[in-house]
Amino acid sequence: MKLDDTLLPILYMLAAMGFILAIKWMNSPATARRGVIVGEIGMALAVVGTLLRFEVVSYQWILVAFFLGTAVGIPIAYIMPMTAVPQRTAFSHACGALASALIGTAEYYKQFGQSTRFTTTEMTALIVETLLGFLTFTASMMAFGKLQEVSWIPQRPITYKGQNFVNLGIFAAAAGVGLALIVAPGQTSLFPIFIVLALVFGVLLIIPIGGADMPTVIALLNSYAGLSASAMGFVLNNKLLIVAGALDGSSGFILSIIMCRAMNRSFSNVLFGAFGQLQTSAAAGEAKPIHSASPDEAAQILEAARTVVVIPGYGMAVAQAQHKLREMFDILGKRGVNVEFAIHPVAGRMPGHMNVLLAEADVPYDKLREMDDINPEMAMADVALIIGANDVVNPDAETNPHSPIAGMPIIQAYKARTVMVIKRSMNPGFAGIDNPLYYRDNTLMLFGDAKSFLSSIVKELGALVRA
Amino acid sequence: MGAYEFDLWVFMLAAFLGFQLIRGVSPLLHTPLMSLTNAISAITVVGAILLTGEKEASTLSRILGFSAVFLAVLNVVSGYLITDRMLKMFKKREPAKQ
Repeated sequence: MKLDDTLLPILYMLAAMGFILAIKWMNSPATARRGVIVGEIGMALAVVGTLLRFEVVSYQWILVAFFLGTAVGIPIAYIMPMTAVPQRTAFSHACGALASALIGTAEYYKQFGQSTRFTTTEMTALIVETLLGFLTFTASMMAFGKLQEVSWIPQRPITYKGQNFVNLGIFAAAAGVGLALIVAPGQTSLFPIFIVLALVFGVLLIIPIGGADMPTVIALLNSYAGLSASAMGFVLNNKLLIVAGALDGSSGFILSIIMCRAMNRSFSNVLFGAFGQLQTSAAAGEAKPIHSASPDEAAQILEAARTVVVIPGYGMAVAQAQHKLREMFDILGKRGVNVEFAIHPVAGRMPGHMNVLLAEADVPYDKLREMDDINPEMAMADVALIIGANDVVNPDAETNPHSPIAGMPIIQAYKARTVMVIKRSMNPGFAGIDNPLYYRDNTLMLFGDAKSFLSSIVKELGALVRA
Repeated sequence: MGAYEFDLWVFMLAAFLGFQLIRGVSPLLHTPLMSLTNAISAITVVGAILLTGEKEASTLSRILGFSAVFLAVLNVVSGYLITDRMLKMFKKREPAKQ
């Protein structure tokens, strides 16, 4: 059976509707899983419809690739630990972008064996598709390497004099060669050069990016991968690809804007500003007095509190402390202590990172509060417990106009009656910015690994409960 | 109206629809949202199938198309499954204790 031109557009349209509903239903955890199902149905309709098109006659390679893709995809989805979600996301951006870049490349060479060549507009779309595809591929692989902490990819942002000049030069060269190909598509020797330039630009783009900027960059790469798919829709004259790609493109774009706003920085500042490098010198300073506390002191303060606000950061993910945190949440809950979690939009390495980890540890999601939502209540909190977060609670952002993070919205932990900070040592955080919160009179530093410190607190709390 | 102009209109409207829809998504679900849109953008599998399954596809087309089908299917399968796995973890109240 083959599909004709009346049935196929309807299948594609239903698929697009499925994708739109899938995203719409993501607005609430109550409907989100339904969204995944309609998204899957949409994809199934699109795939079956395409397989039944007249043009598709040879199936063996398609089926082998389907089998291999499924065989690799299922284990990735089920075995991967939740802490690796940012890496997996970067990796899948790389796969998606490479897929559209490879299709664009094949389409480019295919036209010379055919009677009709691409028009100028189709060729423009093809160049956009392959440019975004190849640069997103290497950029996402670099992001993956940094998140996975691959040894030969430096974690810290690397900057050198004239870096932006070099990067923009490479990009301009890629765009220039692309333009030449649009004007005269027959210059096949230029195409490999174009590919290499795009690949190199992707690598250079990520070299100056530090971990704190990863949420923005991952969202931006998400957007590029979607736009590349959309451009493919222009080449193939396929509305379904245009719509699905545009949805993905706008999603990534909005998320990166949200991330930028949450850091009070602009796009160009994230991409070309090399955040982590600027302030390393500012970290040096004289030793100021601090107060520290032991696990049993911390447990007593927590037990006596009525409201505790936990503020997690990337350090919680690194220490895998979310399950211990949930145990503490349970014990305190039984003692009538109200425990809430305050989530800063850029906490962690990707948008929503903390929420997923805490949900994995079975913290009910109505206890996960957004920054703007919880800040007015911070003054009522007896304890603010900060775990592996630094910049997102730094009061300098509000009070010190010379601070590198001046103007960044923060979770106002300093308003709580007592502030407790679980931290390995007094070393400044990733961005190397000193935090005056640590030196306040009502701040207690809890030195140690987040997971083992929390388990000591849990043990002490258990003893208090039994006593 | 030419095909190209029509496509541009479709793109513009879909992008605006996307902006509106995404703004309604709770920050709670930003991570699953990203893996969902990632699976959706693997709709490139359509282009990959057309390329690989053609009657007189060149060897280059077949190799590139085959790789693209593999990569896109990988994203579809792992993207949807992982989104669902994450969403399953979001629970409102504490699970009932035995």
